[in-house]
Amino acid sequence: MKHVGLGLVLISMTACSRTEIAPETSIPQNELQSGYAFLTAETQALQDDAFENPGFLWVDRGERLFQSVASTEPSCLTCHENGLDGVAASFPKLDPETGELINLEGRINACRTRHQGLPPLAYESEDLLSLTAYIAHQSNGDPISVDVSGDAAPYYELGLDYFITRRGQFNLSCQQCHTENWGKQLRGDTISQGHGNGFPAYRLEWQSLGSLQRRLRDCDTGVRAEPLPYGDPTYVAVELFLAARAQGLEAESPAVRR
Amino acid sequence: MAAIRLAVPDTAQRGEVIEIKALIQHPMESGFRRGSRGEVIPRNIITRFECRYNGALVFASDFQPAIAANPILTFHTVATETGELEFKWTDQNGEAWSEIATITVT
Repeated sequence: MKHVGLGLVLISMTACSRTEIAPETSIPQNELQSGYAFLTAETQALQDDAFENPGFLWVDRGERLFQSVASTEPSCLTCHENGLDGVAASFPKLDPETGELINLEGRINACRTRHQGLPPLAYESEDLLSLTAYIAHQSNGDPISVDVSGDAAPYYELGLDYFITRRGQFNLSCQQCHTENWGKQLRGDTISQGHGNGFPAYRLEWQSLGSLQRRLRDCDTGVRAEPLPYGDPTYVAVELFLAARAQGLEAESPAVRR
Repeated sequence: MAAIRLAVPDTAQRGEVIEIKALIQHPMESGFRRGSRGEVIPRNIITRFECRYNGALVFASDFQPAIAANPILTFHTVATETGELEFKWTDQNGEAWSEIATITVT
């Protein structure tokens, strides 16, 4: 039964995109589960309550930043007066101006430097987290849907390669935990499928909102590998691979995670 | 400026028990943690929260280092009269943040 399901998913993926997910790294569509499914009932309740979810502190702040900037340049709202519904669910994507892959953080900074005459914001700065959270929240409930065809295919391959390569002193790859052993116990935790659909997310461990790249750095540190610097193109490619791997899963930023 | 989120009912009937939620963005650094170079991260916590209903203290709390970051409080009071609820958080250095919510009691 399981094999039939896997086969169908592969056929449909081959049909809709040029690059198919390598079988050993894919999770069948009907078994895809958001990190939400691996939380305790209390943490799920914290995410579901739009007042108590601490991630909304950043969403609120992001909304204010979106409407006003500290200069005479146009605000985000000047161009995006109808909001950005569903936009975040299609990132990372190719930047039409440079042809390079950019994530949502990169797109926000591109807007700042190209259209607003403002300096780019640093990763994990309160302002960048807030703007990312505000925009990502507008895609809440939309299915993750990234394009990995054409010029994006090499980035996808790069992300896939990072995902399946063993690294660090523990000599573990991402897929060994998140594809082959999800649902099992790793000490006190249940291993999730490793999707990024809730990011930027409020992690209880961080006591703060954080980007997907911060989470990737934590995973790399966890297997005692040297994490890549923030904004590294390889991490952006990993974000693309993760989004393709989670294709169809609903976006739920700002999520609450352990 | 700390971000504050309040949940107070806009209207209530006289004598009704109302639920109030108050959330503030604050690191609540315990003073027990160390940074990547082994240095102690100094304690930085809110020590006092007070809620006043038309000037009268209806709820107060002393915070200790074990309180998590971005603390949220849920408490109840009795709606007695139309007016203002003032929420005030004070940190260990005396810096304070406050916010006001209005309630109409019928």
